[in-house]
Amino acid sequence: MATGTAVDVVMPQMGVSVSEGTITKWLKAEGEEIAADESLLEISTDKVDTEVPSPTSGVLQQILAQEGETVPVGTKIAVIAPEGSPVEAAPEAPPEPATAEAAPAPDKPPEPATAEAAAEADQAAGAEGPAEPAPQEAPPAPAPAPAPPAEAEKAAGAEGEAPTAPKPEEAPAAAAPREAPPAPAPAPSPPPAEAEPQPEADGDGRREGKFVSPVVARIASEHDVDVSQVEGTGRGGRVTKKDILKHIESAAPAQAPPEAAPTEAPAPQAARQPAPAPTAPAAPAGAGETVEPMSAMRKGIAEHMRRSLDTSAHVTTTFEIDLSKVVSIREQLKKEYAERHGVKLTYLAFISRATIDAISKWPWMNAELRGDSIVVKSYINLGIAVALEGGKGLIVPVIKNAEGMNLLGLARAIEDVAERARSKKLMPDDVQGGTFTITNPGGFGAIHGTPIISQPQVAILDVEAMVKRPVVLTGDDGGDVIAIRPMMNLCLSYDHRLVDGAYAAQFMRDLKENLQTWDESAY
Amino acid sequence: MAERTYLQAISEGLRQEMRRDDRVFIIGEDVGVYGGAFKVTQGFQEEFGQWRVIDAPLSETAIVAGCTGAAIMGLRPVAEMQFADFISCAWDHLVTVAAKQRYRAGTPVPITVRLPSGGGFSGGPFHSQNPESSFAHIPGLKVVCPATPADAKGLIVSAIEDPNPVLYFEHKHLYRRIKDEVPEERYTVPFGEARVHREGDDITLVTWGAMVYTADEAAQKLEEEDGLSVEILDLRTLIPWDKKAVLESVEKTSKALVLHEDTRTGGFGAEIVATIAEEAFEHLDGPVSRVTAPDTPVPFSPPLEKAFIPQVEDVVAGLKELAEY
Repeated sequence: MATGTAVDVVMPQMGVSVSEGTITKWLKAEGEEIAADESLLEISTDKVDTEVPSPTSGVLQQILAQEGETVPVGTKIAVIAPEGSPVEAAPEAPPEPATAEAAPAPDKPPEPATAEAAAEADQAAGAEGPAEPAPQEAPPAPAPAPAPPAEAEKAAGAEGEAPTAPKPEEAPAAAAPREAPPAPAPAPSPPPAEAEPQPEADGDGRREGKFVSPVVARIASEHDVDVSQVEGTGRGGRVTKKDILKHIESAAPAQAPPEAAPTEAPAPQAARQPAPAPTAPAAPAGAGETVEPMSAMRKGIAEHMRRSLDTSAHVTTTFEIDLSKVVSIREQLKKEYAERHGVKLTYLAFISRATIDAISKWPWMNAELRGDSIVVKSYINLGIAVALEGGKGLIVPVIKNAEGMNLLGLARAIEDVAERARSKKLMPDDVQGGTFTITNPGGFGAIHGTPIISQPQVAILDVEAMVKRPVVLTGDDGGDVIAIRPMMNLCLSYDHRLVDGAYAAQFMRDLKENLQTWDESAY
Repeated sequence: MAERTYLQAISEGLRQEMRRDDRVFIIGEDVGVYGGAFKVTQGFQEEFGQWRVIDAPLSETAIVAGCTGAAIMGLRPVAEMQFADFISCAWDHLVTVAAKQRYRAGTPVPITVRLPSGGGFSGGPFHSQNPESSFAHIPGLKVVCPATPADAKGLIVSAIEDPNPVLYFEHKHLYRRIKDEVPEERYTVPFGEARVHREGDDITLVTWGAMVYTADEAAQKLEEEDGLSVEILDLRTLIPWDKKAVLESVEKTSKALVLHEDTRTGGFGAEIVATIAEEAFEHLDGPVSRVTAPDTPVPFSPPLEKAFIPQVEDVVAGLKELAEY
């Protein structure tokens, strides 16, 4: 296979979204010999730093992109000359078919140029059953007199009838040949239309490193991992199940099932426990320190939070809500919801419903700044922040089209996403497309927060703890009275670029009104 | 507990059932006066008499047909094929009559057919085969392939108790070579429950019969040399087979290899591999592989037979290939 043309080395595609790569280091110099799959250079992309193996064996003839250069994916960066060919003689472009190559070696039966031709020839020769198929992989055969491919194939098929491949015996005699010789197809073959050099398959014919096994694909989708970022230790650099599990483990030390925050016992978003022992220290630890690598999720959160603060003009406003009405309605409905619908009726469901209702009057709370435009959405995709166990990590499943849900529907949807977050059944689509987010750290007793907006949304509502407080009310006689009421703070962070204080305050006023005068029939 | 060879364990199980249940009788070629070609029923005729330990004429057809009739009439016959290979003569009675009787007429046919099977001692093409998959394919038959003395005893008892025709494949190569502690009292080993012969995390190896030991040696070697952890499941019974145990193990390891001494094409390994592919597809991290004998008759010549029967090195190579995938 290594005889013939030089092979180009191109900047590899290291991930779906990666468009370019930087050459960090050449591991071979021009003129040096290299074996197939031996590391040729190191590259760096915005997803991953990696070594690039040589696609073939030969001599590194020419380096076309120097260290430090950033080139688009697919750019030719080096040429590897076949083994045995003179290094100096080769100019930049791979040599066009020379006469020596055009004439097949006399002692070798001519091979079909394409797999199709081979298969056809094979079929025509009656080589069926246990006979090995004729070689699928054919070298790009240069043809001095190219014929249109279709005709050539037909010719190959027709001529293939003459030589009969030995038919294996029906009975499994020990002496039966295991392999039928490749059926010769003596027609002159055209070169493949695009005689682009391809990365050579390894000995088993598998393309190196690219195959993703079913289990790896499943784990990757469950954990939202880009397989191309995982270092593979399988054959040809394939990512094995162990590799991806190791990757996930080292990326997220808190692998216990995530716990849903938005139920009765929300988890805090801040870490409360000391970090577990580091699995793969990335930096040396000083005395009294433990070091662990950031998980992919942590990195994602870190990036997003910083970017959000850099993007939006955060302002937080806090409203005190008297939940007496909601408490009493929840008491009435709780049992029915549990028994008739199998749904737990949480305060979060009430707050979500009241928020959606308030948004309908204040649509900019459900908008987005896109360039210089204000994009207002008619649908409300409600994000519900769910903390992972131990407070390490956060996921925000989205309830799509929440505007169409009544109290029962919302209670059910919240329970559903919480449950799926807990059991890791969320699909990528479940965490995308939110238009307004509710976060709920109040279960741990928080009474005030300044949440950070999930981009590109413009607001996030923070639900605080419900606590009984003495409040001053106006009595029936018009005088002041002190009463004990279940009070809750709702903190709204909004993007002042779009939403002004008066707008936000009026939204909150209506939200408060909705909750304090909850109209059972309306929801 | 007492130490018993595989052969002694079968013999003990049979004897205890004979003593316990008058309906149980044994019929086969040379099982009486001679005590059986392999001496499994030695001393049985002295103890139970010639009406319960019957020397049959040289006709497997007659033996299985007689058993079928006796079973329909309420007895519990145990037939011995001198070699499993000879059961082909009884195919019609077994497959057409015994296997279908329950379905056609509702009559149970509780017969046990003992089948000394397997190679490894240069028995040649007529005395070395492992025809279990042929019968696993027939609805109405059960197929049992014990590997250990304890299972050999418990499964022969279960086979006799079972209301269906049961083919009990006893591996000749294990008869005197394998010795282990066996409970002295009567007990049964349930059908359809695999035994975890060796626990492991990297690869699931599913096998049965004599290959359990080949697998074990290979696994041990790989553990020592490569730190590879192989889980060996001994199916013990093929019909029914413990799909659940296999799938659970594959879900854990994501790589599976099936090993059998029978030839490759249409071997029972194919059924297991297909089931794994169908039901554990999303758990797979490598091709589900087989190590089997090739599709030829069993050679007589010792070196050829060795090349034919999967050896420790073959299993090591298969496991390595899968581990490196």
